[in-house]
Amino acid sequence: MSTPIDVATSVKIVAPKPAAEPKDEITLIANKWKMKRGSLIMALHDLQSRVGYVPRESAMKLGRQMGVPLARIYEVVTFYNYFKLEAPGKYVISVCLGTACHIKGSAELLAGMEKELQVHEGQSTPDKEYHLQAVRCLGCCGLAPLVSVNGKVYAKLKTDDSRHVIERIQIDKPMAEADQEELVD
Amino acid sequence: MKPEELEIKAAAELAKQQAFDVRLFTCSSRGCQSSEALGVIAGLKAEIKARQLEGKVQVNGSGCMGLCSKGPLVRMTTKTQKDILFSEIKPEMAATVVEQVVVPVLEGKKIEKPGGDLARHSLDLNDPFFAMQVFSVLENNGKMDPEKLDDYIARDGYKALRKALKMSAEEICQEMLASGLRGRGGAGFPTGLKWDLTRKVSSEIKYVICNGDEGDPGAFMDGSVLEGDPHAVIEGMLIAARAMNATHGVFYIRAEYPLAVERVEKALRQARAAGLVGKNVLDSGWGFDFEIRLGAGAFVCGEETALIASIEGKRGTPRPRPPFPAVKGLWDQPSCINNVETLANVPIILLKGAKWFSSRGTEKSKGTKLFALTGKSKNNGLVEVPMGMTLRDVIEKIGGGTDSGLKIKAIQTGGPSGGMIPEYQFDTPVSYENLQQLGSMMGSGGMIVIDENDSVVELAQFYLDFCVDESCGKCAPCRIGGTQMLHLLSKIVDGTGTAEDIRTIRKVAKAMQKASLCALGQTAPNPTLSAIRHFEHEFTERLLPAATPQA
Repeated sequence: MSTPIDVATSVKIVAPKPAAEPKDEITLIANKWKMKRGSLIMALHDLQSRVGYVPRESAMKLGRQMGVPLARIYEVVTFYNYFKLEAPGKYVISVCLGTACHIKGSAELLAGMEKELQVHEGQSTPDKEYHLQAVRCLGCCGLAPLVSVNGKVYAKLKTDDSRHVIERIQIDKPMAEADQEELVD
Repeated sequence: MKPEELEIKAAAELAKQQAFDVRLFTCSSRGCQSSEALGVIAGLKAEIKARQLEGKVQVNGSGCMGLCSKGPLVRMTTKTQKDILFSEIKPEMAATVVEQVVVPVLEGKKIEKPGGDLARHSLDLNDPFFAMQVFSVLENNGKMDPEKLDDYIARDGYKALRKALKMSAEEICQEMLASGLRGRGGAGFPTGLKWDLTRKVSSEIKYVICNGDEGDPGAFMDGSVLEGDPHAVIEGMLIAARAMNATHGVFYIRAEYPLAVERVEKALRQARAAGLVGKNVLDSGWGFDFEIRLGAGAFVCGEETALIASIEGKRGTPRPRPPFPAVKGLWDQPSCINNVETLANVPIILLKGAKWFSSRGTEKSKGTKLFALTGKSKNNGLVEVPMGMTLRDVIEKIGGGTDSGLKIKAIQTGGPSGGMIPEYQFDTPVSYENLQQLGSMMGSGGMIVIDENDSVVELAQFYLDFCVDESCGKCAPCRIGGTQMLHLLSKIVDGTGTAEDIRTIRKVAKAMQKASLCALGQTAPNPTLSAIRHFEHEFTERLLPAATPQA
């Protein structure tokens, strides 16, 4: 996974970097999708799965290459919950707030997480180590309540398990898997 | 592939399977994968290899076997004895399973119920949870590996497609109509009729779309079907395409279901390579192919016109109907959108016949229905029941009551669009009409059990909050009405509400139901209204003391 790029230092994105070159990836993504009608959302998925979010500069570049105005891209990105506009922390903690988890006390679990990390839902810790977010339903309702960290699921939790989960993250260090198929030009 | 080759392939695969004395199926669906199912599979494979039993024992993945809360589940099938279902198997237990059960069985011993360390890790397949279910859509789960095309073919896969290729479009539509299959996404529109309407519209381009945007929080049936039997859904779509002379197929799947997407992608690649999808389907000269589009976390995209907008790469906002998608859908071409579970039923109907299918169920609701049984239910997971089974049987016998031992207060079906059904109405048989009459709806199949300690007021607030958050904002009744209603309901939850607020909630709800553009807004008040209807005292108890209506 490419290192998430901090918005505050986003000027770096423009400057060419030797490794994990976001510039090339965007061109590849644009080339992959621009001939397919209505594929903006798919291109944005590709972008976010590689960078971790949709940086403004990347969106502009993608738009130019795909022939989509930036306004259209933002229209879409802000409509769908899945897309992020800011770089998330290293460990994205998704607390499931689906109904099954809700019934089993996920709100309390989330509150515990907020207290433990001292951030609100939707925010990252100042050191960018953790990003806390609530998600609708991860579809593992039989294991409620649960939390997913970079895709790794911690299931059948107790509502006061927040500290335990964070300890587990430090042991497991779950990282998102290198994504999907390789982009080829 | 020529049609006859299907049989040859099936026979060859069956012979291959027959050569194994023991076959192990470990659930490799999302739920069990979260409980390290892949580690279990790897552990079993390593142990089998170490003991040089590869020729005798086959280790497979499998679709969801239902009891997700007890995962990972491993099913053992042998030639000599009844199947055994292991539960909560950890990777480090793989060696024990092989040593204590697989090896003795290979040596000719009969093991009815594993003892020792595994005694607590086996489930009784005669338990009502399994015995009372009727497996039709889920029939292949636990019996084949969803990632192997040959496994599907050996279980009569793509045989229905072969049959469909010899039928006229009208004949297929008639068969669907006769079966009585209705849309499993919730609304219950007759599938045959939907297909026939699209068939009658003449156009050079026509789309068949699979709606896999299971947005109802607390429901995972469609994801499980896509993960557990992707070829069945592909076959269903191919048949649907034949029935209305469609030219393009689109899978629309939630981005939150990466495994389902992966399985469908893989299955499509396999089907293309085998000549079941692509330019020349089963050597018939007819070509059909699919594209996959991902959702991006918007509940409203389950609505047909919003889903179409999303496939077009736009914000998922609905538009007024008519024109219906059957006339003007994706890219303004005639389109037919079917839910995953509906499509998974199609090959079964074509293969076994409309008459067989309609022999199950009630007068107007035929076949089986999948439910995601969760919440306070003792047995949590994916279940398939025949239409017409009473809710009580589903909840108390299959579900086993509550895990806490507390009394069940109600269930919620239909998710944020449905309603609560109190315990005293549990003797109602499951059908589209009955659930609607109770003020709820079938919905896609979420069934949340709540016990006497759960507050229906707070649950209503949870659902309304969800709908307000998910409202696309296009029409005022949903956007403004939802927000106002939530404000009033939150007042009641906080203990500052008045009796007047309850009356206003009812009024706003009515406006939303009548005037909203799409089903999201029209149905958003349902959970709250049904909660007020059945449990009004829980609302009045929370009102400001001074404001309580005088007796």
